[in-house]
Amino acid sequence: MTSTPGSAIRPASPAGTSDVLAAARNVTKSYAGRNALNGVSLDLRAGEALGLLGPNGAGKSTLLNLLCGIRTPDAGTVELFGRNPREPSARRHLGTTPQATSVPPTLRVRETVDFVASHYEHPVPRARLLEDFGLTHIADKQCGGLSGGQQRRLLVALALVGRPRLVILDEPTTGLDVEARETLWGHLARYRRDGGTLLVTSHYLEEIQALSGRVTVLNNGKVVADGTVDQIRSRVSVSRVSFHTDLPPSLFESLPESAGVSAGGDNLVTVLSRDPDTTVRRLVRDNIPFSGLEVHTASLEEAFLALTHLSAGPEPTAGEETP
Amino acid sequence: MSTATLVRAHTKAQVLEQLRIPISVISSTLFPTLALVFFVLPQQAVTSNPIASLIAVAQLALFGVMSSFLFNYGIGVAEDRANPWSSYVRTLPAGAVPPTAARALTAMLFAFFSLIPVMLAGMFTTSALEAFTTGALSWWRVPAAMLVWLACGLPFLFLGLLIGYLCTSKVAIAVTQVVFFPLAFGGGLMLPPELFSSGLNSLSLFLPTRAARDLAVTVFAGQPLSPSAIPCLLAWTLVLGALAVWANRRDQGRRFR
Repeated sequence: MTSTPGSAIRPASPAGTSDVLAAARNVTKSYAGRNALNGVSLDLRAGEALGLLGPNGAGKSTLLNLLCGIRTPDAGTVELFGRNPREPSARRHLGTTPQATSVPPTLRVRETVDFVASHYEHPVPRARLLEDFGLTHIADKQCGGLSGGQQRRLLVALALVGRPRLVILDEPTTGLDVEARETLWGHLARYRRDGGTLLVTSHYLEEIQALSGRVTVLNNGKVVADGTVDQIRSRVSVSRVSFHTDLPPSLFESLPESAGVSAGGDNLVTVLSRDPDTTVRRLVRDNIPFSGLEVHTASLEEAFLALTHLSAGPEPTAGEETP
Repeated sequence: MSTATLVRAHTKAQVLEQLRIPISVISSTLFPTLALVFFVLPQQAVTSNPIASLIAVAQLALFGVMSSFLFNYGIGVAEDRANPWSSYVRTLPAGAVPPTAARALTAMLFAFFSLIPVMLAGMFTTSALEAFTTGALSWWRVPAAMLVWLACGLPFLFLGLLIGYLCTSKVAIAVTQVVFFPLAFGGGLMLPPELFSSGLNSLSLFLPTRAARDLAVTVFAGQPLSPSAIPCLLAWTLVLGALAVWANRRDQGRRFR
């Protein structure tokens, strides 16, 4: 676990609460017999920024729902500020946003801000919050009439209105254009500089990289990697070695440097290799019949997919976005 | 934050949301009045008799309160549970009490709005007013009846919440309709129970609608109160209230499969 020096900015937490703001221990949750989370443990310390990365259906949103007190785990425990997140008092220093872009369509922007602010002891004054997020000129508009970008800005503003010690954001920038996304990242970076703790999910490595120091990769309801952005990056620096062969693709899964194998049409086999030089040497040395050899550096996205596929076991990669 | 502050904030938000959809406010406000115009006014025997008129108004007012509570709030809760904004509101540091109390207050406010036109229509188009102007009944009965109508709506609010927390919104609409009409008819809100067969009448005495109707008729029209009405109404209120709290606690939002 990393404990960033940034946590020193904040005064020590009140007596009785530990440094760990949010924790999951051996959490299992299933919906209709399908395991969404399977023995997940996670600690989030004051001042940390943790990115939760994983493909759709990996269990990210389920984990956030448990931490925010919307749902309860089937087994294991979740804690927020040392308490059960189902208790309202545990959520006094928590700020979140809804997963989908969802606003109360008939309420005006300022009414929505006032409503959420009324739940907190020392909220940011409405005028300042609206100004910070560039919402002042639309304060009297009904939320349903805002553009997608304006709605997102409003939702992130709502997450911050209560001066929370912990902010949990579920895919905060999905569907935003580049400029709007970077504005939001700027707001969150400032929140971090002021000593705030952040937990954010995303499909995108780039977003996690911009927002967080630490990354946890979830796949199929399990933690498959946990470390700094650089550590994860080095773990997933792989190349694609592809060639045509008559041998079954499963043969190449046992290569020590292999991070996954996929088969294409025309006997094409693609090995995601952590060490492409060794892979090529092995092909030649072992006299493996191949033709049309190509070696490409895999993109970060591909590499990340390889990492999540690896943990899924030797199943073929049907239906996933592999090249 | 104190519970009172939170109840106020939630009530304000819910009232504003309702007011911004005027058609739903107008229809629920005018529903009992329209029922009076269509079903009571053509009956000369009722409208010429002050007490019978008062009883008819009392029944229809209760009918309006009940439909407002059951339909708007039962179905509203079911819709909310599938709505990501409502899930978000559940992450705010407020327990189940502020949103539920706000729902009850909002329901009562709009039910109150529906009472005014039906009272006025009853007073001016039937002989009901004579009961007061001749001194046969005293005026305090008017405000007292309003309170009774709203309080008698509580078990139906709880029933609505129970349905809303247990069902998806489409199921909730169907269940509410299936529950609503037998309760309204069996409780004597459409036809006075004097017209019931004795078998139906004894069954009717166990219904919350009948108990509420008897209490409202007693307070508004000065009729004798059946001894079972208040215990029956209290028992239903407690049971449905407990079930509503239970359903709220077990609720984790809608699960999509």
